[in-house]
Amino acid sequence: MLNLRTVKTVAIASALSLAAAAGALAFPDKPIDYIIPFGPGGESDISARFQQPFFKDKFDQDLVVSYKPGGGGAVGWAQLNSMATDGHTIMGINLPHIVIKPAQKDVGFTTGDINAFYMFHYTPDAVVVTADSPYQTLADLVEDAKANPASVTMSGSGKATANHLAQIRFDKMAGIQTTYVPFKGTGASTTANLGKQVKAQWGYTTVGAAQGDAVRLLAVAMEERHPLFPDVPTFKELGYDMVGGAYRGMAVPKDTPAETVKALSDAFGEINADEAFRKQMLDGGFALLDIDAAGMADFMKARSDEYLQAAKEAGLIE
Amino acid sequence: MDFSNLANALTFANLALALFGVIAGTVIGSIPGLSATMAVAVLVPITFAMAPASALIMLGAIYTGAIYGGAYSAILLNTPGTPSAIATTFDGYPMAKRGDGDLAVAIACYASVTGGMIGALALLLLAPPLSQVALAFGPVEYLWLSIFGLSLIASLSTGNVLKGLTGGALGLLLSCVGVAEISADIRLTFGSSTLIGGIEVVGALIGLYCIPVLIDLVATPERHLKVEEEVRAVRFREGARIAWGSRFNLIRSSVIGTVIGILPGAGGSVAGLVAYSEAKRTAKPGQKFGEGEPDGIMATESANNATVGGGFIPTLVLGIPGTPPDAVILGALLVQGVRTGPALFDGGGSIVYTFIFGLFIATILMLPTGLLIGRYAYKTIVTIPKTILVPAVGFMTIIGTFAIRNSISDVIIMITLGAIGWVLSRFGFAASPIVLGLILGPIAEQGFVQAWIIGEATGNLTGMFFGRPISLAIIAFTILSLLYPLVQSRRAKRLIKMQAGSND
Repeated sequence: MLNLRTVKTVAIASALSLAAAAGALAFPDKPIDYIIPFGPGGESDISARFQQPFFKDKFDQDLVVSYKPGGGGAVGWAQLNSMATDGHTIMGINLPHIVIKPAQKDVGFTTGDINAFYMFHYTPDAVVVTADSPYQTLADLVEDAKANPASVTMSGSGKATANHLAQIRFDKMAGIQTTYVPFKGTGASTTANLGKQVKAQWGYTTVGAAQGDAVRLLAVAMEERHPLFPDVPTFKELGYDMVGGAYRGMAVPKDTPAETVKALSDAFGEINADEAFRKQMLDGGFALLDIDAAGMADFMKARSDEYLQAAKEAGLIE
Repeated sequence: MDFSNLANALTFANLALALFGVIAGTVIGSIPGLSATMAVAVLVPITFAMAPASALIMLGAIYTGAIYGGAYSAILLNTPGTPSAIATTFDGYPMAKRGDGDLAVAIACYASVTGGMIGALALLLLAPPLSQVALAFGPVEYLWLSIFGLSLIASLSTGNVLKGLTGGALGLLLSCVGVAEISADIRLTFGSSTLIGGIEVVGALIGLYCIPVLIDLVATPERHLKVEEEVRAVRFREGARIAWGSRFNLIRSSVIGTVIGILPGAGGSVAGLVAYSEAKRTAKPGQKFGEGEPDGIMATESANNATVGGGFIPTLVLGIPGTPPDAVILGALLVQGVRTGPALFDGGGSIVYTFIFGLFIATILMLPTGLLIGRYAYKTIVTIPKTILVPAVGFMTIIGTFAIRNSISDVIIMITLGAIGWVLSRFGFAASPIVLGLILGPIAEQGFVQAWIIGEATGNLTGMFFGRPISLAIIAFTILSLLYPLVQSRRAKRLIKMQAGSND
């Protein structure tokens, strides 16, 4: 067992040396633990990885990403308030998850338990089809769905998620009935779409960025067109009042002092203001969002109302 | 493809990174709970400062090393270091018990290198066409593939099919605990927050396999593994001779591993099991699978390392991760500004080809390093006194389980399952069917629900489940695998009768 032990020692030692790399005077004065309540490789992980080098650059401390997956994020969020309140432990949060999950069932936390301090981006909802799909425009899809109710199948990531709520809201606006097929994560949902297991996908702009010429976006749920897809119309242009997607940000435990929350909010605001960071995010298909701690309450209220209404109408919650 | 990419891969820095990656990966993979995914995820920030090709080479080397490393604990402690090594325990641990642990480790190394090379070769030469396999597999195909996997319980638990199936059903039930993956329902938690995250497969592996071994170690006075009195010469050559004798098994298993690696929903554990049962089905007379048959280790270990190259095919060609570590590597590439997709292979593609050659180099380096580390691991486990071995392994099972997702709930579940597993093993229930049910349950459930929704929407449920060519082929294999033990025993009986007749 010696070899295994040595390795562990080495691993711990190197982690410590990473941690002790530099010591700045002001906050943050040690590495920040950034817990993602999902597995690695998803949009939450990737956008956190984008922040990582910028944080190190600006504040001379490491942003250490770790994962606490389970229960669609619930395992992590339920433990958030029992963690250290010195501002050096933060957790990724996602909308609509933190609103819908506690509304469905007791998952160990409530939306009010989450002390969000910054929302930094969202992945706008988008209707994705393969390059050789017969649907050239969103109108084609709507027409098909009107002629053949429920036979237009659309893949998406999970149930009662951003993709699912988008499908529910759009069906209502367009007066159509499509069939939503939930998959485990965006990767599996994209695979199903590329493999023509379904006719279209409720995905995000990031799917378009990753898949390039293999797919076509029919519409994106943004106020204005995404710079990466200048030819793709917004839902608004097509007459559907739909702007939104999956929103991501960070939270700290409830009892974290207000000045620490403010400092964290400022720090991540600084990263969000960095032109190089913004460009990287846009190139990846993300859309930036700058909601700081001060503006959080209003933002959360507006989003919660919207999600809960859609979920109620669809019978996802009571 | 041109060979300047080979030269790029052969720089001193890249070679050093590949060597470091293989060694680090092997050691991490050998510790139950520390998986390839975790090893890759932890090292991603380091790669931000590297050239994309070098970063890929290092991550690929760690990944391939970790898959091999999982064989050590499977062979020496009867505990798969990674889910990919489940089937390695079937014959690896019996070999170690009878004193052939060093031989088993050497054979596993040869098999892993062979599998790794064949997987990487497929990635180099056939990636774009093979990537279509990933797209041809829809929900229904995954459903049937997992049913096929479950049917292996019948052939794996010969003599005790009923107990095997009971274990499998228990595993399926355990897989339902927690928040359901696609319907988001919360099931079987009984209001407990410990269970809301579900039962983590690696934690269950550690509990079900390792805890009973630890209990038995404490309960019996004998040594952990049998040790030969005289110090034997290195058994590298004997291992190589056995591996050469089984070259067809190695190649077949590697091809199975490559193809299953391409399927984003399957992974190394399924690949290893399918290759194992295929090797068992085509066994020569006299081979006793499950009692320390080298061919069993070779089938699993070549197949699971072949999934490394296979998994990179959809990752690099389609931008769809083939396996969980691939998802992490894909994320790292995105941060580096590298876009995957067909264009990556066609235009320039130098990063891809440098990486593929790097993967070859890492696989070759695994031969000397794997044999050396393996020998050292074997010696340590064999010579270490039980009073140190048991607490050390016990400590590691807890740390390893905790580390999977920093969750104390997983540790509680692991220990509980371990105790249950030990009791069940006294009554002749093996751990493997339970784990098989746990791994395949969610795949089957998701496939079924999705196929049903799609079939109903298109008004063709029967055609959805029974009308697709790939599905039909998998169904045929399933029936074959269920009937084969029957056919075999009947043939054996007839043979005995014939011999009895000729003696008259």
